[in-house]
Parts: sequence; C-alpha cells; structure tokens
Amino acid sequence: MNIDWTKVTEFFAGDTQADKVVPPTGYTAWLTLFSAGAMAFLAVFVLAFSFATGKLAEHWGADLSRSSTIKISAPQDQLDSQTAAVLKVLETTPGVAGARALTDDEQRALLEPWFGPDVPVDALPIPRLIEVIESSAGFDSDGLRLRLSAEAPGATLDDHTRWRQPLIKAANRLRFFGWMSLLLIAASVGAIITLAANAALVANKQVIDVLRLVGARDTYIVHAFVRRFTLRALTGGAVGMLLASFAILLLPTPQAEGGFLTDLGFVGAQWLWPLIVPLLAGCVAFVATRIAATRILRETP
Amino acid sequence: MIELENIAYNYGGGELLSEVSLELSPGGFYFLTGPSGAGKTTLIKLCYGALVPTTGQLKMFGQDRRTMERDDIAQARRRIGVVHQDCQFLNHLSVSDNIALPLMVSNRDLLAEAVNLKELTNWVGLASRAQALPPELSGGERQRAALARALIMSPDVVLADEPTGNVDWEMSQRLLRLLVELNRMGKTIMIATHDLGLIRAAKSQVQARVLRISNRRVQLAGADL
Ligand SMILES: Nc1ncnc2c1ncn2[C@@H]1O[C@H](COP(=O)(O)OP(=O)(O)OP(=O)(O)O)[C@@H](O)[C@H]1O
Ligand SMILES: [Mg+2]
Repeated sequence: MNIDWTKVTEFFAGDTQADKVVPPTGYTAWLTLFSAGAMAFLAVFVLAFSFATGKLAEHWGADLSRSSTIKISAPQDQLDSQTAAVLKVLETTPGVAGARALTDDEQRALLEPWFGPDVPVDALPIPRLIEVIESSAGFDSDGLRLRLSAEAPGATLDDHTRWRQPLIKAANRLRFFGWMSLLLIAASVGAIITLAANAALVANKQVIDVLRLVGARDTYIVHAFVRRFTLRALTGGAVGMLLASFAILLLPTPQAEGGFLTDLGFVGAQWLWPLIVPLLAGCVAFVATRIAATRILRETP
Repeated sequence: MIELENIAYNYGGGELLSEVSLELSPGGFYFLTGPSGAGKTTLIKLCYGALVPTTGQLKMFGQDRRTMERDDIAQARRRIGVVHQDCQFLNHLSVSDNIALPLMVSNRDLLAEAVNLKELTNWVGLASRAQALPPELSGGERQRAALARALIMSPDVVLADEPTGNVDWEMSQRLLRLLVELNRMGKTIMIATHDLGLIRAAKSQVQARVLRISNRRVQLAGADL
C-alpha cells in the first residue's frame, strides 16, 4: 500500500477552520470516546491473556521433553539380565528412538541431593534406571507395559510428563479463544463507532446541507467529520490502553515459575502490542465515519 | 450565467413546473413572483443545482447540470450567492463565522479576507451583532446575515428567496437598496417574492424583469406591475 505521508501529517495537524464547522458536543462524542476506551481496555487485557496462555503452553511443552524412564527393581542377581531384556524389548518397540541404562555415576548424581555425595550405590538395593527417548511419533505406552511385564517383571515404565499433553491442548485452545475475543472486540468497536458516526451525521444533516449550500466539496465535509471521529476514537483508545496497561503493571509480580495469573502481562517487545490497540480503534473509526459520511452525502444535493 | 431550457420539475407527484425556459444573463435584475406554493423556491433550487430538472436542460455557467460532478456543483455554488428562504445557519458558529463560511469551505485565507468580512458585516448593519449566535438574531438580522454570507465570495449571481419575508417595510427597502447596489456592480440578481410593493419600489431604481409563475409556467409579467 502506498501511503502519502504528507496527507497523513495534514490529517493530524488538522485545519482549525474545518474543525470548527462540525458542532463540538453531543452524546455521540461521549459514546465514541467511551466505547473506544472501554474496548481498548478489554483488548489490552485479552492480549495479555493470550500472551500468558501462549507462554504457559510453551512452558509446559518444553518440560515435556520426549523422554520417559523405565525403573527396574529386582534382586541383585537378576538386575543385569532384566536390564538386558528391557533394552532388547525397547530395540524392537516402534516409536522408541533410543534407550540407555544410566551408569552408576549418573545414578549417584541423581541420589546425591537426598543422600549426600558418598552413596555406596553398589551396596544399596537401588533400582536401575533406563532412559527412553521417544521418536516424534511416540510409542504406545500400554503396549510397552504389557511386553515389559512379560519379559522383565521388575520393570516399570514411568511416563509422568505425558499427563500434561491435554493441558497444553487446553492452553492452546485458550489462546485461540483470546484471539477470537480480540477479533470480536475489534468488530464491536467498529459497530459502535459506525452507529455513533451515523447518529452524529444524521443529527448534523442540517450542517451538511448548509455546507453544501455554500459550496463545500464532499471531501471537505467528509474530512471534517472523519477527523473528528478518528481523533476521538484514538483518544478513547489511548486512555483505555493506558489504564489497562497500568492495571497490568500493578498486578503482583510472578512468584513461582509457571504460575498462571501472575504471568499475566507483557515482556519486552510485547509491550508494543497494546500500542497497536488505539491505532486500530482510530483506523476503525476512520473507515466507519468515511463510509457513513459518504452515504449521507449521497442524499444531499 | 444560468440557462433553463424547456425544463419540467415534479417532486414525485404531479408536475409542479413545466415548459420553463429562462435565461439569467449577466447584469440582469429579476423578480420571481407567484402565489404561495407556486414553485418559486423550487425554481431557485433548480438554479443553484440543488434539484435536477425532470426533463429539459439546465446550464450553470455553460455546464449542463446533468453532466456536472458533485465537485463541479460545489465549484459553481461558489459563484452563486444564495439567500435561503429560511436562512440556514450553523447555529454553533457566530454570525461573523457564518458569514465567513463560504470562505472557510473553499479554503480561502481568512486573515486576507478579514477586512472584506468586516466591511460586509458593517454594510448589512450587523457590526454590533457579529459575535452573536444565529438563534439570538431577529428575523431581519438573520436575513441580512444570510445576504452577507451570500455576498462574501463576491459571486456573479445572487439568488435571494424571500429576502424581505421577515422584515418591516423600512428594512425591506434597505435590503432592496443593497441588492440594487450590487446589481450596479454588475451582479446578476434574482429575488423570489410575493411582495408586490417591493417590486414596484425596485422598478423606480432599476430595470427589473418580473417573472411570474402561474399554471406551472413562467411568464414575463407585463407593465401592470
Ligand atoms: N421536498 C419536497 N417534497 C415534496 N413536495 C415539495 C417539496 N418541497 C416543496 N414541495 C411542494 O412543492 C410546491 C412548491 O413549493 P415551493 O416551496 O417551491 O413554493 P413557493 O412558491 O416557494 O411557496 P412560498 O411562497 O410559500 O415560499 C408546494 O406545494 C410544496 O408543498
Ligand atoms: Mg418559497
């Protein structure tokens, strides 16, 4: 799209003469200001909400590394043979990309937080751990459990991170609803501003008649009204956006990783998003008033 | 300036005007008369392009009304000063701003026109009311303000619809003198009125042609007026 910036600056610099011809007050002024403000406030919150759910889904997804653990608890003399049996089963299981028994050192490192650095791993009847890496397709855990119970009775499969899968799905769905809400809010702003602009223009039909009578061009009239409404929507949008942003800033700071409500907010460049909200309100007002004004002018000779 | 050739007009019902041929030539002074409801205002509206003739051809400054774009009409209206029957002001602007409105909408430099505006406001005797709002004016003051607004662009044609409708005899004589003075400056003037006294008074000052609407036709009235 080709934007003529001189026209854009002209639009905002304005023409005090042209501004004067549109009567200043009326309930439509407040209607536009208020609805743009309220909708911008909501939009900023929904934006924050969408970002938070996005963050949440990501967070949970990252935790869900595609690995599971098989734990083998068996008498010391059977441990090695059962480990070998499990590894053999895993080799022929579809969806398993790799498997590896943890070494004594690695097991000691895992136990260290609980028992200190000098755990005599050899002397303790601790289970052996096998790390299973899934392929992207994933394996059928029930099938694997069944085969394990046949080949190695001491083996148990722990795929604890899998339970989060539905949560991620839910988070993604929430994010989708967030974007849907944004769309609906934008549509409502459009509808309200169109109504307000129409009401204002109908109320000012006589003004438009007089302007045409004294030789005003359509562009002059449209411009005067469009400017008034766009600036109103921009102002309302900016006030709503600022209030919502402050409200979000004032929310308690995150306590624990992955908290949901406490994550509501914007980080870094995400703060640019709320800035778009009033601009969007302005654009909607611009288009809506333009259409309404053009329509009314068609009835004015 | 403005030519009507065999035009007819109706508002959707029966024919209001038919077979109207008329030419407003430069420097002419015209009266348009006829009973109430005869179509004087309608004819004036046709002349400044607010209505389109049902049939026939209407030309504004040589351009056919039918082929004119909306911007062409706006442009033509800057050369036609209209005193509307019910004045039509922007009630939120001062009298002075209302008089200056045609300058504003054609993006003229108001500062450059300030002297002109002041002189014109004085000329119609509204200097002391310049900052008042239109609803605060008397009927006669409104009509003088409307006349001033019609003249601010120094138009070639002035169309005045009942400019003396709300004023006493003395004031109507003053308004008439203003219009006669304009005509002497070379402007084309058309006044719609049913005030025969006004027409008689004008005839002693200016060569006026009197057009009468009767039976949907426009005829040149004889010397009986
Ligand atoms: N917008 C309109 N729609 C339908 N009919 C109209 C419209 N305007 C005027 N008329 C009708 O057309 C006829 C002529 O109206 P017009 O205003 O031209 O009369 P006029 O000669 O100016 O009368 P007056 O001396 O009372 O001002 C009237 O019968 C009026 O009711
Ligand atoms: Mg009339």
